Amino acid sequence: MPAVSKGDGMRGLAVFISDIRNCKSKEAEIKRINKELANIRSKFKGDKALDGYSKKKYVCKLLFIFLLGHDIDFGHMEAVNLLSSNKYTEKQIGYLFISVLVNSNSELIRLINNAIKNDLASRNPTFMCLALHCIANVGSREMGEAFAADIPRILVAGDSMDSVKQSAALCLLRLYKASPDLVPMGEWTARVVHLLNDQHMGVVTAAVSLITCLCKKNPDDFKTCVSLAVSRLSRIVSSASTDLQDYTYYFVPAPWLSVKLLRLLQCYPPPEDAAVKGRLVECLETVLNKAQEPPKSKKVQHSNAKNAILFETISLIIHYDSEPNLLVRACNQLGQFLQHRETNLRYLALESMCTLASSEFSHEAVKTHIDTVINALKTERDVSVRQRAADLLYAMCDRSNAKQIVSEMLRYLETADYAIREEIVLKVAILAEKYAVDYSWYVDTILNLIRIAGDYVSEEVWYRVLQIVTNRDDVQGYAAKTVFEALQAPACHENMVKVGGYILGEFGNLIAGDPRSSPPVQFSLLHSKFHLCSVATRALLLSTYIKFINLFPETKATIQGVLRAGSQLRNADVELQQRAVEYLTLSSVASTDVLATVLEEMPPFPERESSILAKLKRKKGPGAGSALDDSRRDPSSHDINGGVEPTPSTVSTPSPSADLLGLRAAPPPAAPPAPSGAGNLLVDVFSDSPAAQPGLGPSPEEAFLSAGPEDIGPPIPEADELLNKFVCRNNGVLFENQLLQIGVKSEFRQNLGRMYLFYGNKTSVQFQNFSPTVVHPGDLQTHILSAWPSPAPPGSTPMIPVPRPVTWPLRALHSLR
Amino acid sequence: MGDGWAHVQNRAGKTRLAKWYMQFDDDEKQKLIEEVHAVVTVRDAKHTNFVEFRNFKIIYRRYAGLYFCICVDVNDNNLAYLEAIHNFVEVLNEYFHNVCELDLVFNFYKVYTVVDEMFLAGEIRETSQTKVLKQLLMLQSLE
Repeated sequence: MPAVSKGDGMRGLAVFISDIRNCKSKEAEIKRINKELANIRSKFKGDKALDGYSKKKYVCKLLFIFLLGHDIDFGHMEAVNLLSSNKYTEKQIGYLFISVLVNSNSELIRLINNAIKNDLASRNPTFMCLALHCIANVGSREMGEAFAADIPRILVAGDSMDSVKQSAALCLLRLYKASPDLVPMGEWTARVVHLLNDQHMGVVTAAVSLITCLCKKNPDDFKTCVSLAVSRLSRIVSSASTDLQDYTYYFVPAPWLSVKLLRLLQCYPPPEDAAVKGRLVECLETVLNKAQEPPKSKKVQHSNAKNAILFETISLIIHYDSEPNLLVRACNQLGQFLQHRETNLRYLALESMCTLASSEFSHEAVKTHIDTVINALKTERDVSVRQRAADLLYAMCDRSNAKQIVSEMLRYLETADYAIREEIVLKVAILAEKYAVDYSWYVDTILNLIRIAGDYVSEEVWYRVLQIVTNRDDVQGYAAKTVFEALQAPACHENMVKVGGYILGEFGNLIAGDPRSSPPVQFSLLHSKFHLCSVATRALLLSTYIKFINLFPETKATIQGVLRAGSQLRNADVELQQRAVEYLTLSSVASTDVLATVLEEMPPFPERESSILAKLKRKKGPGAGSALDDSRRDPSSHDINGGVEPTPSTVSTPSPSADLLGLRAAPPPAAPPAPSGAGNLLVDVFSDSPAAQPGLGPSPEEAFLSAGPEDIGPPIPEADELLNKFVCRNNGVLFENQLLQIGVKSEFRQNLGRMYLFYGNKTSVQFQNFSPTVVHPGDLQTHILSAWPSPAPPGSTPMIPVPRPVTWPLRALHSLR
Repeated sequence: MGDGWAHVQNRAGKTRLAKWYMQFDDDEKQKLIEEVHAVVTVRDAKHTNFVEFRNFKIIYRRYAGLYFCICVDVNDNNLAYLEAIHNFVEVLNEYFHNVCELDLVFNFYKVYTVVDEMFLAGEIRETSQTKVLKQLLMLQSLE
């Protein structure tokens, strides 16, 4: 029986709700609602003023109708009127209505703010809380402007009631999140930190949330909170269960507050003061110890509350990454959870262990659980748990277990959810390359990837295998043989045809001696797939065919016949037609020497950062590279031809065969190395930005020397393509490397031009002392940025506007050419 | 950090309570609730109580015919929020004397008061059931 409490019966409301529930159809419901709306409308417009009770009832009905999903376009005025009542129940409904149906009418806003102001000044804690809750629920800019200065005062005032402080703290949090500029730091910050010592745990709880948010942007203002947080946490963790009566939940003392304190501590590095640090470490050890004790209750609430604290403790230990003993203990505790009967705990343990895997102190400990994790991958019934297991395998992979992990992940791939396949493919490709000792294993792995999940093998992956095979003589024959066999499968994926086509084109001669893979056999195998493939693949195959003519003169006639066919020479696709025509002519006109020179085997590719890793990072965000970033774990890092490490330390010098014109040859589309600025005149001409030198040369390095511990990598492979497009466009990405993306937007009118430069931070740390320099030749007048207003937010989506356009007359632009 | 929103829905998809801590348009809100409903109603005991959803995660638990869902940041503490839900439900249970779905329907305006006592601005405000109930009873006695 629904409880209709004494005090504010509102029987009319209950009757109305019953009527609605008894409606047999949607139409009946709408009819009943419209009837009521008409009734309320007439009552609101009526001659005699409604009494507070009736107004409250009708406003409440309107609210109910709105929550059912119908639009309400009146009632706001009446709701605002309720705010000035001195009866709690009427005020409450008024505030509730305007919180839920936020209105942007400025007159109403003024009235609402007035009412709030009165309630805040009323010294009645119940009314003050209603007002504070309204501000916290709405959090509009207008409210911020009106009240942002008052809330801190209320929060730290000595005579504010506890409940008011709680609400004020969180209200301030909301305003700060919505409009940080309206809440400047001030005297009150120190007093807020001291709220951590308040005797009312609810006040402390609210204060911790506020401080955690504020300290992210203003760490120095709040750093005194660390020692207070440690003491508080320490007192809670070591308290007997009778100490915190009201705040003990299923025999766990103040679980939520403990979790919040632990999160606050994660905003700062480990405490420098030895006493504070000692106390904290003791506290963390106590939590870990308690996890081993027999539980005080069998209820799941007890274990969840206890484990909530435990997991947050482990997060803090991982964040500090400085106490080997604690890290190993954490790892062992998580290891126990891996086989817990509760799915929640297994999931959380897998997730947490993933982060532990990248710490040098605990990496080995994590690896000991490999069998359990592999088992989880195979047997867990919740797909999200399986995915965590896959993530953990990736994170714990190193030389010792790479083969095992890669083969398990391949097996997992066969039945994985489509949504996650691409990510798994990227990860397997990265692991296979990173830990390959024997490159034939690497080739097998990639071909397996194509076979199992061909649709999800992106270009980066198969370009990579081609680069590697090209660079390693010892695996070329194996690759040719394996790819040949793979192509014989009746239904092979188009990516296999691409890879196979390229490899046979380059290295088919290595298996031509065997009659089973003689040149005519190779050709007819490839050609049997030709008509099934997309245009891009067919283009690649045509290139393979001309290479065959060079490698295997005995096939010349057959292949020329194919090229000569109408379907090639008059192909609707321009690229195919052009290739057919040109290759045919080349094969007829060129002497064997010329042909052999033109179609010489591709030289080794110069090293650059694996674009696969870059792609994975883009997919997953800055934390993705954890498996590979830690070179401490892998001192004898294996590499191909100069290092495939994700943190190359030099801008790659252009190799002799560098494509100086920046024009891509036919496959492989792997980018030629970035030419230095001086050597690439074409790039200069097309770059109409006097600022940031065409971003491919050493100068970005100079500008960014203070960029941080990471070495600046070479620009991404697509860098030269980025510049080429400015031939026809005024806007776009000008330069990009691992750390930074620079975009440019320019507009021109008559004799004036204006250019905006956008700098995007691609890392997970803030840029400090970022000072872009605009260098202009000659007598151009520009403004030079001396200081960046605030460090670029980490991992920001690029395109943060720099608010200083550079304008100069167009004729001066011409002088750049 | 903190909640994006919280809602209570029955199995049929009717929303019994929705509290938004971020800005969304009305149609966005409806869409989000429908999507979450679709995701949680197909899960059972072998699944976890956590679901990745867009760039958030949903912590949820089913009580009889009602799903209580909180949408939080991916870095938030799953178990802490799971128990925050339970804490809230226990308070409702005390306050409405063995709460059932109808209580939430007929007393919807009071449920918001309970919510605001325990959660505000997307954060946990008060966790002591004793204190919350004491406050609620006091408010109930007011005119």
